[in-house]
Amino acid sequence: MDESDAPTPLHPNHVKAMRVATLIASVPFVIGALVLEVAGLLPTGVFIVPVLLAAVLIVIRVPRRRYMARGYVMGEDRLRVVRGLWFRSDTVVPFGRVQHIDVHQGPLERAYGLATLTLHTAGSHNASVSLPGLADADARAMRETIRAQIRRDTM
Amino acid sequence: MSEPVDTPEPDERRTEPAGLVLSAISGLRQTIPAVIAMVFVLRDQGHWLLAAVPLALVLLGASVLVAWLQWHRLTYRVGAEDIRVESGVLSRAARSVPYERIQDVSLEQGPLARLFGLVEVRFETGAGGKDELKLAYLMEAEGERLREVVRERKDDAAAEAGDAEAGAGEPAAEVLFAMAPRRLVTFGLFEFSLAVVAVVAGAVQQFDFILPFDPWDFDEWQERLAGPGSWLSGLGRTAQIVGGIIAAGSLLLLGFATGLVRTVLRDWGFTLERTAKGFRRRRGLLTRTDVVMPAHRVQALAFGTGILRRRFGWHGLKFVSLAQDAGASSHDVAPFARWHELEPIARAAGFAMPTEDLDWHRAGARYRIDSALLAGVIAGGIALAVLVALSATGAASPLLALIPLAIALPLAAWQWFLWRFERHTLDEAQVYARHGWLAPRTDVASRVKLHSAEIAQGPIARRRGYATLHLGLAGGKLAIEGIPLARAQELRAAILHSITAQDFSRIN
Repeated sequence: MDESDAPTPLHPNHVKAMRVATLIASVPFVIGALVLEVAGLLPTGVFIVPVLLAAVLIVIRVPRRRYMARGYVMGEDRLRVVRGLWFRSDTVVPFGRVQHIDVHQGPLERAYGLATLTLHTAGSHNASVSLPGLADADARAMRETIRAQIRRDTM
Repeated sequence: MSEPVDTPEPDERRTEPAGLVLSAISGLRQTIPAVIAMVFVLRDQGHWLLAAVPLALVLLGASVLVAWLQWHRLTYRVGAEDIRVESGVLSRAARSVPYERIQDVSLEQGPLARLFGLVEVRFETGAGGKDELKLAYLMEAEGERLREVVRERKDDAAAEAGDAEAGAGEPAAEVLFAMAPRRLVTFGLFEFSLAVVAVVAGAVQQFDFILPFDPWDFDEWQERLAGPGSWLSGLGRTAQIVGGIIAAGSLLLLGFATGLVRTVLRDWGFTLERTAKGFRRRRGLLTRTDVVMPAHRVQALAFGTGILRRRFGWHGLKFVSLAQDAGASSHDVAPFARWHELEPIARAAGFAMPTEDLDWHRAGARYRIDSALLAGVIAGGIALAVLVALSATGAASPLLALIPLAIALPLAAWQWFLWRFERHTLDEAQVYARHGWLAPRTDVASRVKLHSAEIAQGPIARRRGYATLHLGLAGGKLAIEGIPLARAQELRAAILHSITAQDFSRIN
């Protein structure tokens, strides 16, 4: 595996799942702005307009950009996970150092047929490296591949 | 204590009943604050003694009863593959720890426990802190026996796994490092600490209701100085300066004394031995500890020193491993030694010393410049805010805004120093990284004992082309900051190559 390998993108549904999640997260703020608006403390639109603009930005644009920044490279003996918009991180976990593996699905992920793969290592830094937004079947297949590698190594 | 009604199964054991005396004494210690609080509340009532004494007895009785119940319900068993402990009065817990997962067995004796010949046995598994298996208290001989059992069982397991232990055939223990009282005193002087001042201040704050005056009331102090203490303010300038010097001197003396006492209490009789299977460290004047660390569990070495003690040629060495040492994450194996004394210890752990002839690299100059500029920008921002605030309110001279600006200069100088001092390198077997200013340290990690490698870049770092390499180290942290991106990728590729070439379960 080289640094030059272009990372494999995540499943496109990951964008939709992130949008729904940020949409749900932004609801309390919109409600709060509406309440302030109704209270009429300041001229109309002072609260609701910026809040709605920010909400539109983080619901429409940010998930797309985050999706573009994320990716993984499944090597022969290691997994490389790339993520981060502002603070980029590029982590490589050799299969031989994986302690255990989790495949996790939240309700949203289940609705979109996605899963999160988490590799746990014994290191204090990067004790768990998670890769969200994989198709459920892919995540399970990757888990099996990595597990097979661990078993082969220890024998 | 009376015999328990139901005797445990043959191989099940209980901890030593004499330990209950220690529990009772520590229970007594816990009831004292409650009794003091009650006396304080009731002191104005008549016959308060009549209420306080029975209450103290009831509290003490309750804590002894709880201790006895806990003791009665805790049994341990040394099995063929693991150690099992069943405990709990109301909710029961059964815990099993396999021998292969026990990092080391520590014996600890407080001053009281030593009187009774008892030890606290702790099995370090890397679970950390509260989750560790602990048996308090056992007889000294039983503690030693458990340690031997664990060691033998683990040796068998290790032999089956084809463990390549270098010194397996070594007969007797060899002393690697010991500190004579004289060395200890020198060490103590370098451990200057004003922590006691903070403790006293904290205690004053906690218990100021007991004091006959309010120590935080400035007006009252002034009154005292004007009244009975007026001789103090009337002494004149020279006497005040002398008084100030005496005060500073006593503070210094206090700092040295604290450092000395703390060091002697902790490190009295410090002995590090290389035994057949690992390292054994004993230390302590009142509380004696006896820790064993298997050599192959050492993940990395941390060489540390201080800005002052470095000038006198003193260094310290710690072992980084998953096990914990009295709350600290690494084991002190030579806290105060000459550089050449550390070499045999490192060699015994299977590590090479960091030498000057390695191909050391500095962090990128850009990283240091950006850090210095960032410090300057933040200081400038603070200065601007202070300037605006002071000009607007007129509370003090706006020239005070120069102070934060002046702080930016040493910060920039600090970055220059770090650029000169902080270095890293890589050889066939190890990663080396040198950090820090006041307490410089050099970390040496074995390449095959790393678990992951991450290249991290913030927004500035991305534009300027440098990165931080974080390496996953069990029981510690290892990062190389601000190196050019290409260098980080090169280091990561090399390290990953060694990691994937060797399976972890074989070396750990």
